[in-house]
Amino acid sequence: MIALFYRDMRLAVRAGGGFGLGLAFFLLIAVLVPLGVGPEGTTLAKIAPGILWVGALLSCLLSLDRIFALDYEDGSLDLLLTAPMPLEGVVAIKAFAHWTVTGLPLTLAAPVLAILLNLPAEGFFWLVVSLALGTPALSVIGAFGAALTVGLKRGGLLLSLLVLPLYVPTLIFGAEVVKRGATGAETLTPLVLLAGITAGAAAFLPFASAAAIRINLR
Amino acid sequence: MELRVSSVSIARGGIPLLEGVSFVLRAGGCLVLRGANGIGKTTLLRTIAGLQPALGGDISVGGDAIAYAAHADGLKSTLTVAENLAFWAAVYGTGAVDQALARMNLSELRDRQAANLSAGQKRRLGLARLLVTGRALWVLDEPTVSLDKASVALFAGVVRDHLKAGGAALIATHIDLGLDEAEVLELEPFRAKRNARGSGAFDSAFGGDFA
Amino acid sequence: MLSLARQNEKAYLNTMSLWEYANPQKFMLVSGRALPAITVVAALCLLAGLIWGFFFTPDDYKQGSTVKIIYLHVPAAMMAINAWVMMLVASLIWLVRRHHVSALAARAAGPVGLTFTLIALATGAIWGQPMWGTWWAWDPRLTSFLILTLFYLGYIALWSAIEDPDTAADLTSVLCIVGSVFALLSRYAVNFWNQGLHQGASLSLDKEENVSDVYWFPLLVCIAGFVLLFLALVLLRTRTEIRARRLSALLARERMG
Repeated sequence: MIALFYRDMRLAVRAGGGFGLGLAFFLLIAVLVPLGVGPEGTTLAKIAPGILWVGALLSCLLSLDRIFALDYEDGSLDLLLTAPMPLEGVVAIKAFAHWTVTGLPLTLAAPVLAILLNLPAEGFFWLVVSLALGTPALSVIGAFGAALTVGLKRGGLLLSLLVLPLYVPTLIFGAEVVKRGATGAETLTPLVLLAGITAGAAAFLPFASAAAIRINLR
Repeated sequence: MELRVSSVSIARGGIPLLEGVSFVLRAGGCLVLRGANGIGKTTLLRTIAGLQPALGGDISVGGDAIAYAAHADGLKSTLTVAENLAFWAAVYGTGAVDQALARMNLSELRDRQAANLSAGQKRRLGLARLLVTGRALWVLDEPTVSLDKASVALFAGVVRDHLKAGGAALIATHIDLGLDEAEVLELEPFRAKRNARGSGAFDSAFGGDFA
Repeated sequence: MLSLARQNEKAYLNTMSLWEYANPQKFMLVSGRALPAITVVAALCLLAGLIWGFFFTPDDYKQGSTVKIIYLHVPAAMMAINAWVMMLVASLIWLVRRHHVSALAARAAGPVGLTFTLIALATGAIWGQPMWGTWWAWDPRLTSFLILTLFYLGYIALWSAIEDPDTAADLTSVLCIVGSVFALLSRYAVNFWNQGLHQGASLSLDKEENVSDVYWFPLLVCIAGFVLLFLALVLLRTRTEIRARRLSALLARERMG
């Protein structure tokens, strides 16, 4: 299992673009939005929590189709299925590897981009906390979408259509934490709900994803 | 280790391909499957490897015994030869990477990226994976594709050693591996009858008479 | 001779268990007979309910005649959710019992449910314009229906993207189950996100407090009409799907021979 994680990390580093692309996209969003909305600090501060969360979500979406598609194309997925590892574990590990190369760097880079968007100082802590708690859910849910579309030739757009509605609760609670944190309001309720979604998704979705992969490889 | 296949029928895309396939493969045995393209060799092997359900019949394997090798080798082009193999060795909990490389004549290439291997070298690396699985029953789908004569002989030697060590091999192939001890199972007689009824859920559910 | 065959058929129909309707042939037989009747009753209910509701109820003292859009809005919204629930049940039946008709009925219900959702959204916007002074407000219920639209779109897109019918049935079923959980979560998340301006549930057991009888009875007729309309459409579309599956089965057999 750990070997699989190491392999996926190694592949992400060597293939290039694994870490960089999602981050660059996140940066682009943080630059483009002020250009579109205008430079007014108060307006930006108001929309910063939402923009940062939507940006993290879209950056995460960008690399989802590679979670299983590459292994499917070169035949590794077939071999992993016949290997002495539960497929649910394989899915969970691969989702975790995906989080490590997308969600984790996004979480760490978010404070820098928050400066660009003029997020109030009180919000920075909550931004990092909410992303750290919420982005794993994005990877796990994304892995489910990737598992559904693994056999399809042009699954990319369909994957977005399947996954984005599933992201709604995570986005709402995640952005709510930052919004409340930035205004000094109570953040515990959305934070607990966000953590609940992540925990629930991580506990149950790998089973659905594994089922979907088995069906797709039949 | 014993693979027992009794009156198994299989389908691809809802269309029955083979019916009533039965054989027993014991330790030390090698069975070669033969048949025309599209008869269902790959589907049968995938079914035995547990990747898809059989339409009917029974397949029993003693324990976690199967190592499956498909058309695709499952190699990562950005990893080196040794890294590719070390991953599978770790997955199967064995550590015999160097011996496997030596056995498949890949030792000099161990630090080369898989992307820079020739087709035959890739195939040899794919087959070296079997050696690190430590599994007794090898289920091989066209293992000799893109291998030259010397490599085929090398591979046949590897299979022979595996059989001597108490392993078994089920191989779908068109060429003669030079394994004299291998039995041959011709799949043509098992071809599903035309208009076979009641075999696939697909057909039985939608084949009746209604407007 | 013919009547004897009919009788045999009838006796046969009487003895079969509920699950046997899931056999395509029996389903075609039974649904073929039921469909015309259901269609007629649905049309009658809808005509009666809508005419009664639109022309023979008094104007509301606050909302004027705009309130009458509830005869489209409320039943469509109810059926938008019920269609998804039906798809969920059909998906579960397919996964557990492998009845092809069940999977095809779920597939058939998708676009129908989407249409009801869009009707609910459109009528909501038309109603909201004079009431709230805007065509669209990010009210929790409207937002929930918008999200439901996305779920329907994903479900329908997945069905049409996968070629092998059994694979498509399996994967869409899994998506439907997971989607149901997330749709429910989204509903609560949206409530949390904005406590909106929608009036509270206008249909509940204590209906006397919410809607007076003059509006209530034609609404019931309309709801019955929408339920029957949904049933008729799903039966019709399921029959089409079954015929399409049969066609491809025959073609596959032809190719094989």
